[in-house]
Amino acid sequence: MKPARFDYARASDVADAVRLLGSTDGFNKPLGGGMSLGPMMNLRLAQPDLVVEVRRLDALKTVAEEDGHLAVGAGITHSAIEDGRIPEVTNGMMRFVAGQIAYRAVRNRGTIGGSIAHADPAADWPTALRALGAEVAIDGPDGARIVPLADFQLAAFTVALEPADIVTALRVPRLSPAARWGYYKICRKPGEFADSIGAVVHDPERDFTNVVLGATDGAPLDVAALAEAVKGGGTVEIDDAKAALAAQGAVFDDYGNQIHAVALSRAIKGALAS
Amino acid sequence: MSATGIGASVLRKEDRRFLAGRGNYVADIAAANEVALAFVRSPVAHGRIRSIVKPDGAEHLVFAADDLDGVAPMRAPSKLPGYKPADFPALATGKVRFVGETVAACVGATRAEAEDLAQLVEVEYEELAPAVDMLAARAPGAPLVHEAWGDNIALATRTEGDMAAVAARAAHTVTREFRMSRQAMVPMEGRAVLAEWNSRMDQLIVHTATQVPHLIRAGLALFLGLEQRQVRVIAPDVGGGFGLKTYVQPEELVACWYAMKSGRPARWISDRREHLIADANCREHHYIVTAHADADGRILGLEGEVTVDAGAYSIYPFTNCLEAAMAGGNLPGPYAIEAYGVRTWTVVTNKPPLVPYRGVARPGVAFAMEMLLDAVAREVGREPHEVRMINMVPESAMPYTNIAKKTFDSGDHPGAVARAAGMIDVASVRERQARGEPDGRLIGLGFGSYVEQAAHGTSVFASWGVQMVPGYEQAGAKLTPDGGLELRVGVQSHGQGMETTLAQVASEVLGIDPGNVSVIHGDTGLTPYSTGTYASRSIVMAGGAVSRACKVLVERMKTIGGHLLQCEPDEIRVADGRVMGPAGDLPFSEIGRVWYLNPEELPADVDTDGVEAVVGYRPEPDHGTFSYSTHAAVIALDPDTGAVEVLDYIVVEDCGTMVNPMVVSGQVYGGAAQGIGTALYEESPFDESGQPLASTFADYHLPGAPEVPAFRLAHMVTPSPHTEHGIKGMGEGSTIPTPAVIGNAVNDALKRYGAEVNETPISPRRILAAIAASQGEAA
Repeated sequence: MKPARFDYARASDVADAVRLLGSTDGFNKPLGGGMSLGPMMNLRLAQPDLVVEVRRLDALKTVAEEDGHLAVGAGITHSAIEDGRIPEVTNGMMRFVAGQIAYRAVRNRGTIGGSIAHADPAADWPTALRALGAEVAIDGPDGARIVPLADFQLAAFTVALEPADIVTALRVPRLSPAARWGYYKICRKPGEFADSIGAVVHDPERDFTNVVLGATDGAPLDVAALAEAVKGGGTVEIDDAKAALAAQGAVFDDYGNQIHAVALSRAIKGALAS
Repeated sequence: MSATGIGASVLRKEDRRFLAGRGNYVADIAAANEVALAFVRSPVAHGRIRSIVKPDGAEHLVFAADDLDGVAPMRAPSKLPGYKPADFPALATGKVRFVGETVAACVGATRAEAEDLAQLVEVEYEELAPAVDMLAARAPGAPLVHEAWGDNIALATRTEGDMAAVAARAAHTVTREFRMSRQAMVPMEGRAVLAEWNSRMDQLIVHTATQVPHLIRAGLALFLGLEQRQVRVIAPDVGGGFGLKTYVQPEELVACWYAMKSGRPARWISDRREHLIADANCREHHYIVTAHADADGRILGLEGEVTVDAGAYSIYPFTNCLEAAMAGGNLPGPYAIEAYGVRTWTVVTNKPPLVPYRGVARPGVAFAMEMLLDAVAREVGREPHEVRMINMVPESAMPYTNIAKKTFDSGDHPGAVARAAGMIDVASVRERQARGEPDGRLIGLGFGSYVEQAAHGTSVFASWGVQMVPGYEQAGAKLTPDGGLELRVGVQSHGQGMETTLAQVASEVLGIDPGNVSVIHGDTGLTPYSTGTYASRSIVMAGGAVSRACKVLVERMKTIGGHLLQCEPDEIRVADGRVMGPAGDLPFSEIGRVWYLNPEELPADVDTDGVEAVVGYRPEPDHGTFSYSTHAAVIALDPDTGAVEVLDYIVVEDCGTMVNPMVVSGQVYGGAAQGIGTALYEESPFDESGQPLASTFADYHLPGAPEVPAFRLAHMVTPSPHTEHGIKGMGEGSTIPTPAVIGNAVNDALKRYGAEVNETPISPRRILAAIAASQGEAA
């Protein structure tokens, strides 16, 4: 379980990272916290030619509030969010989610940008940030751009990044003070990847309500019918959630149908109770 | 009781280095000029090797079966009639029979370079249909793992019972099917070997992570064509074994072969993926069991069909049929049953070999028997703990030879059940259960009991037909010139704390402080022969031998002391680390000084054997010791998600005299934690093509601190009537009932649905499927 031979470069800034990633035709990967890339390389599931370390870049560790968003640098660690070391604009949701990611040792190194770029369906940020309506800030050879998360997440482990692109920040909308959220994760034991995640954000003042199902075999799913139900103020029981998923063609095996419905129902109940 | 002898909770001496991170494992040992090995492993479960193409320019660094001159396939014979040995080749010969089987070995300066090479080796396979499920593999027409056999059955046994008589009297006949899934053993330290040839000693020196150094020496010599004097096996610190480290490994043989061939030390350290994919697995059993019970729930007769999925090859030396033998012999548990019939099948499949894991077959046995017993209790409408008590052998009947011809030596089995029921407070659990939980979860109460034969002796192993039958266990005890003590034992301590507990046994006899005692173990060059550490035998056997050796030293020191103190030897008392006469006393250092440094002070008629003794010991009778225990648990089950939380867990156990009660408790905690793993989390599943589906810890779930409850323990103490100091073996025991305890609690919680889960791990998926199935039936 040792990685295949690879070259290693440390980027001096974001532009340098983009340059290095595009410097060869090979398979080049940026390295943030390394909590996913490291094991995948050790298992030789990933065999990059060049690893570009971006972990130390100050530009990726900045946090700034701008026009109703918090721009969270891609290099911000889960533990920094868990510990409240960045401003909380989501009424505690991000802090809650961060504290449930894997184990503290992983949270100390793993980054929010790395998690979004890696796009493991069972990870927390792809689902939680989608529920929040976040956007991805990207830098690349053609300059910077901003992409809504819903357009960024294409499939499991597949996102709208070109080979020399890197994620620089996540732009998270500020919730209104009265906004409510719910987040319910089902996993075999604390710290494991999720079997199901239900995430709900209900912000009537901004006319924003999102219900998202994660830990499926693809990108997180918006469950619009349940968002309508939340807007209407009704409770959503397990069978309601099952019906909503079935109606939009989201069908899993028996176990998946059950626990996805439970995760959504409990996330919604949590949001309405909070 | 002395402060340092038997019965004292002395802090473990070895923890000083372990807690400081200063243990010394195989991976910590460096050899000059060493190379690292990596293996090309089969990606298919069953296939013929068409060709192996070595990378250009690296042909001299890649080795396949044809290159291994002088290496014999590993064969573990059994004397049981009809047994078919399944030779285990160091590198696959012609066919591969499981995913992960070693096909070629690659040599590099580092492990990474060896892996680079392994990636470049091209192997062409002709895939064959695999035998994956043991019941399908048992049936006629299944794909054959070993063509020459004509079937996949390594051994079938049948013990007839007089069932007709009891069936006629039975008010209830209850039949259930159970499955204990295949799992990995996951010691903290994986398997590891560093082999080098020492020309000065004319000896292969093998540092290897093993529980049984003397058996590994015998196996390596046998398969490499060496004399045993030419092999020295050293097990340094070993980070847990649990049974995984009791067999000669293919990788170990290849490392030895390469070290001999090249003259360079060869290292192989298993990684976690290799462990989860390719190491021997454990536990996979299937049961169909029937109880014939009277109206009170008293079991009159028991019938069982036991199938063991033994994987592709038989491991050396214990063979692949020990599991079925243990299962057939232990199914009746601690119960007085009139009639018993059992059939067993040891079936080969295209999966890694199966080896005994902590508890050896009995966790599966208890999963079947203890859950069948609760099914009987539900049938007759009685509390499960009451049904256990009326079926158990009472203390007044001890010693008692049961229907499977096991002689329980002593103990109050029903008393342990009563105590567990009291501690868990059955009445208040039932009230809580009836009241219902605010969060909608369902409460379940489960019990499980067992009797644990341990330190099985000569006659027991001989009856299992294995080659390596343990006999008299020997220990060496040597007074050093400055009055300290060295103990030499052939067992290996890899978590059991024997560097402390064996010193405590010496302290009990000699009064010496354990701090002045060194326990030397795990090295065939330094210790007397022993079959090693397994079967919860070491504290009984090596402990007994240490005691006997120290008693010989006492007599020797009395002779010398009598001379020095001018009294008769029988007036001398040895205690508190001193030799005491009627008119004065001496420290051990005086005895050491005189014997080693100033023998001119000794009389002419002194015992010439001095102050070092190697003494053999075996309990009589040698059928082993019989510890027993009852566990009880309360769980909360979420019927929407199938999640189970263990709310309370009680262990009441009796292992006779406790040499160190803290170490006993530690063994109970560890075993029960592993039992929780079997019950709720651990599984090595395979798909229909024989591909392993849990190859990393992302898929193979182990219980962690949040999943393991705070066990509440009570110790009962009924000393063995047969062993030195009344010690009984107990190291494995608490893995045995745990899956059944949790299973019974889950089924208790599910009884409102009429649903049962009868397969480990009792996962949310299986629980939800059982609930759904019961609702389907109801509808």
